[in-house]
Amino acid sequence: MNSFIPTTLQTEPEIKERVMPRITMREAISQALWEEMERDENVFIMGEEVGVWGGTYAVTKGFYDHFGPKRVRDTPIAEAAIIGAAIGAALTGLRPVAELMTINFAFAAMDHIVNEAAKLRYMFGGQFTIPMVIRTPGGGGRQLGATHSQTPDAIFAHFPGLKVVAPGTPEDAKGMLKSAIRSDDPIMFIEHATLYQVRGEVPEEEYTIPLDKAKIHRPGSDVTLVTYSKMLEKSTQAAEELAKDGIEVEIVDLRCLRPLDMEPVLASFKKTNRAVIVEEGWRSYGVGAEVSSRIYEGAFDYVDSPIQRVAQKEVPLPYNRNLEQMALPQVEDVIKAVKEVL
Amino acid sequence: MDKNEYLDIYHQMVLIRRVEERAAELYQQGKIGGFLHLYIGQEAVSTGLISARKPQDPVITAYRDHGVAINVGISAKQVMAELLGKATGISKGKGGSMHMADADKNYWGGHAVVGAHLPIAAGLALGDQYRSTDGVTICMFGDGATNIGFFHEAVNLSKVWNLPVLWVTENNKYGMGTSIERASAVSEIRQKAEGYGITNARVDGMNVIEVRQAAEEYLEHVRSGNGPFFLEAVTYRYRGHSMGDPERYRQKDEIEKWQQEDPIGIFRTFLLKEKIAASEELDEVEEQVEVETQEAIEFAEASPEPAPEELFTHIYAD
Ligand SMILES: Cc1ncc(C[n+]2csc(CCOP(=O)(O)OP(=O)(O)O)c2C)c(N)n1
Ligand SMILES: [Mg+2]
Repeated sequence: MNSFIPTTLQTEPEIKERVMPRITMREAISQALWEEMERDENVFIMGEEVGVWGGTYAVTKGFYDHFGPKRVRDTPIAEAAIIGAAIGAALTGLRPVAELMTINFAFAAMDHIVNEAAKLRYMFGGQFTIPMVIRTPGGGGRQLGATHSQTPDAIFAHFPGLKVVAPGTPEDAKGMLKSAIRSDDPIMFIEHATLYQVRGEVPEEEYTIPLDKAKIHRPGSDVTLVTYSKMLEKSTQAAEELAKDGIEVEIVDLRCLRPLDMEPVLASFKKTNRAVIVEEGWRSYGVGAEVSSRIYEGAFDYVDSPIQRVAQKEVPLPYNRNLEQMALPQVEDVIKAVKEVL
Repeated sequence: MDKNEYLDIYHQMVLIRRVEERAAELYQQGKIGGFLHLYIGQEAVSTGLISARKPQDPVITAYRDHGVAINVGISAKQVMAELLGKATGISKGKGGSMHMADADKNYWGGHAVVGAHLPIAAGLALGDQYRSTDGVTICMFGDGATNIGFFHEAVNLSKVWNLPVLWVTENNKYGMGTSIERASAVSEIRQKAEGYGITNARVDGMNVIEVRQAAEEYLEHVRSGNGPFFLEAVTYRYRGHSMGDPERYRQKDEIEKWQQEDPIGIFRTFLLKEKIAASEELDEVEEQVEVETQEAIEFAEASPEPAPEELFTHIYAD
């Protein structure tokens, strides 16, 4: 597959007290899977190229040799069967981690995700439990063309019955994937393909992170910036730029899109009275629309300026690199939006 | 076939090979981005098929589409320019390697979601059936694609509606790193057509003459109103799935064995043995291809990037 575009967060750790190891997002996810499989033999992996190939994005490298073909199951190219079979296995008490090679192929399994996984428990009066995780990378920026570059996270977050998680740091990825695997609900665990190389500190000891808590990623007093996943990286760069001009941005990392934890967002907003929401997906009917609406509902009296949204241009992503970059939200777009609300 | 047609087929196969070999170099230099799935090793399949096609026959394939693009007559320049994402590319730089199409040539493109184009092929065939025109849709897809639901729905529909479509599976033994034995209940893909009551055959996909003859026969079969036909072309991809494939899933000697059966080598030997062409003539074709490929690269490199406004064009027709 394509080589990964290096990201700017790949800078080496500073020499200051290095208490925690700095590992990549890929390693963090891989560790979470490995440790959970060691911990619970009901956990198994299935998906395209997860075994012999070692994972399209090398997340499950070495798993096949260690855990064997029973627990690391290569599947045919059959997304509906992958998700459908994961649901069935989960109903019997196993804990499948089904990998969809990219989130774009989730559309080939849409019925099983939204009509079956999201609804069976409710529809049968709580008789069924579906402890499954759908791990899938998404996102644009790698010149893969319109069908292979999407960030359709909001679509999945639309459906009650699913939980949607999209971490932006290695620490969160590891802790949240562990929680997801231990959870008794169907979870879409959305990774961003251009974040796999990003390094961050990860605790050495065992830990988990809840699936319903947003987090202040960077404290600030002037503007509340709400974002998640890949856009956490771009927003952080923007915040660093803005800090040079004395503008202090408070970044709230949503981490989960469903359930959506508005508490830290509203608390921050009540302090700053201004908000920008940054997402990689399209603006229309997106995460920004949802979050800004909830801010208006929950903190209308605190609004000092119309909330701004930064999102992808409303076009299918083109192959050409310049056009693709034009369509994706950039650091400058974030800076501009922050200045707009000030 | 007359001599010119033989030489034309040879020209197309060598052109596909050289364009792709050079494209691989350009990819390494960072001039091509995204995915690049090379057709090298499989040239006889699409060249043989398309050479038997009539202009009214719609063609559609998957993302491994540079060969088909050249066979239907898209110029090496337009292919190269698309690979470089230039405004002069066949899809104006918006599609890239996986998405080349030419509506004027009744070629409906490369499609990147595995199996997604099969139902579309059924619809293309429906178009001809509906208007009582005599086109036969040629739909190509990998062995791996026969494991997804789209395949089964489309193939079944084609039989139920008696659609004029020639289904062609390019069985190159692998879908990415998964061998056919590990992914498909049957390794002889044509058996899947049996389940839908569709007449079928298997052909040596390394031999362009055999593919050509099969295509002539079965296109005629479909054109005469006999409903869909299912052809399995047995072939092999010499390169990785896309660029940067670690290829841990197969052994070198397996690749080397198949390289003994190089479709271009087989055809060259045939042309010489049958005294259809002299080796100097074939060398000349290869030299032409060298020039054509070089010109294509120069054209692509000199071509402009798409204008920024192009980001917002072609979203809707109205
Ligand atoms: C629905 C879907 N699932 C997964 C993929 C990723 N993918 C791209 S090509 C490929 C293998 C296809 O194999 P095959 O059909 O045999 O074609 P070949 O590459 O051998 O030409 C896979 C799994 C995809 N593009 N679409
Ligand atoms: Mg194949």
